[in-house]
Amino acid sequence: MSGGFPSAPVMIIRQVRYQLLTFVRMPVALFFTVLLPVIMLVLFNALFGDADLETEAGTWTFGQFYVAGLAAFTAVSATFTNLANVVPIRRDEGVLKRWRGTPLATWVYLAGTMCTTFVIAAAGVVIMFGLGVVAYGVELEAAKIPALLVTFVVGVVSFAAMGMAVAGLCQTAASASAVANVIILPMAFISDVFVALQEPPPWLDTLGDILPLKPFAQAFQDTLNPAVEPPAFDPGRLAIVAAWGVLGALVARRWFKWEPSRAGPTRRRRRARPVLEGT
Amino acid sequence: MAAITVRDLQKHYGDVRAVDGVSFEVGEGEVYALLGHNGAGKSTTVEILEGHRSRTAGEVTVLGHDPGRAGREFRDRIGIVLQTAGVEDELRVAEAVEVYGSCYRRRRPAGEVIELVGLGPQADRRVGALSGGQRRRLDLALGIVGTPDLLFLDEPTTGFDPAARRNAWSLIRQLCSGGTTVLLTTHYLDEAEHLADRVGVLVAGKLVAEGSPQSLVGGGGTRVGFELPPGVSLDDLAGVVPADAAVVGDRVEFTTTTPTVDVNALTGWALGRGVELEGLAVERPSLEDVFLSLGDASRVAQ
Repeated sequence: MSGGFPSAPVMIIRQVRYQLLTFVRMPVALFFTVLLPVIMLVLFNALFGDADLETEAGTWTFGQFYVAGLAAFTAVSATFTNLANVVPIRRDEGVLKRWRGTPLATWVYLAGTMCTTFVIAAAGVVIMFGLGVVAYGVELEAAKIPALLVTFVVGVVSFAAMGMAVAGLCQTAASASAVANVIILPMAFISDVFVALQEPPPWLDTLGDILPLKPFAQAFQDTLNPAVEPPAFDPGRLAIVAAWGVLGALVARRWFKWEPSRAGPTRRRRRARPVLEGT
Repeated sequence: MAAITVRDLQKHYGDVRAVDGVSFEVGEGEVYALLGHNGAGKSTTVEILEGHRSRTAGEVTVLGHDPGRAGREFRDRIGIVLQTAGVEDELRVAEAVEVYGSCYRRRRPAGEVIELVGLGPQADRRVGALSGGQRRRLDLALGIVGTPDLLFLDEPTTGFDPAARRNAWSLIRQLCSGGTTVLLTTHYLDEAEHLADRVGVLVAGKLVAEGSPQSLVGGGGTRVGFELPPGVSLDDLAGVVPADAAVVGDRVEFTTTTPTVDVNALTGWALGRGVELEGLAVERPSLEDVFLSLGDASRVAQ
């Protein structure tokens, strides 16, 4: 009756299955992660889609620019924003604490959580590119696909690590969610995701270059930009993204907590009641 | 071999000694209750034994492991029912029992466990839609799904109404009848009386008394009380009631280890004087009285 423990891959796949199940049953998470970038893609294309865009790399259409930029943004939402929201919620609820009390190795749980976000990110990017190809005439060049995949992997792993860093540094789900949005939304505006900045102030340009989102979005955009020759690998930018990922991983490793914070609103928190009722 | 051995356990937070030199043993198959106020150190002690919390000093052995260093071999053999541990709201009950159960070697079939805790009708319901009592049943289900040798129950019925508590007690007794060792924390004294073979009383991080519920209660003697008849003072009763009798409001109360003799003397005196002793009561002290006196004594000592 007592066999061995299930193997790690089996356990991770099971975690991914169950965590995906919880994700698709959370309408808010589904909306912000997948649906909102799609809505933005449709809107931006309706507004600027036909215009041409001049960039350092050459001239291309806004449609292609937005497909790649918003695909990158979707990948970031699915990993960074999603983890910074969901993991602290699970901690506040005491779900992380419960898992830590089971024989499941903690790294297996975390690997399951990360892999779940990679699956969501991949689905979001595929939807975005699918829409781009079908509705906005985006052309994917086979020779650039390896660069596209590598960029995607470096991006999602790095942004997932940064999401875990926010989850580790913030005490409660409410604060982590706020911090994640405060980081990601302004950054998106200076990172060629929502708007293509034409001759921005140099300091803003530099700031965008050293923050992780712009290098990631631009590396992604290069793989769709017809003016960029294959294979379109962008090691310099990917190095910046990866460096942020390493920093995130170190912060998460140092500060990640499994215990609910006392400041957090736990639904099942012990009620303060008289010790000796009826006396 | 004892399932749990604790020697001089200390847990300090700065200057605060949450647990201050606690020692006890729990035998295999025994149900042991740690009883105390909120803040007495019960949950801290239990969380150290579960491996959730580190200790400042002391020796702890649980199922042969040091829980501070133990890995999954250890966690495979324990079940934890914590107040502060939640379950993913979006999962259905059956899914939750399945996924949590899947990481134990001696996992029980999810359906069987769900029936056992009486959640059969809710098996397909989302965890987020369960009532408080149903959630506690799910907690129990997740605690036993791995067939644990040792089950930690942290205040299993806090927040229950009286009927639900009785149901929970009979459920817990049923679950424990298979020889599972149980470490229970509670601040309900009747809960300890109903469930535990032995009770340890924690006050301000110290174990101030230990024994079977009966021995703790029995050690306190029998309590006798009655209303002071009109026109009679305590001085008039000298020689009739023990010297340590005290007047509390209108009532005279004393504790005795020879209730037959003392009550006979008292009623004899009343019959002789032709007075009725209103509100005469001869009571076995409840565990609550014992607990209060221990708690008071220890507070005075500080």
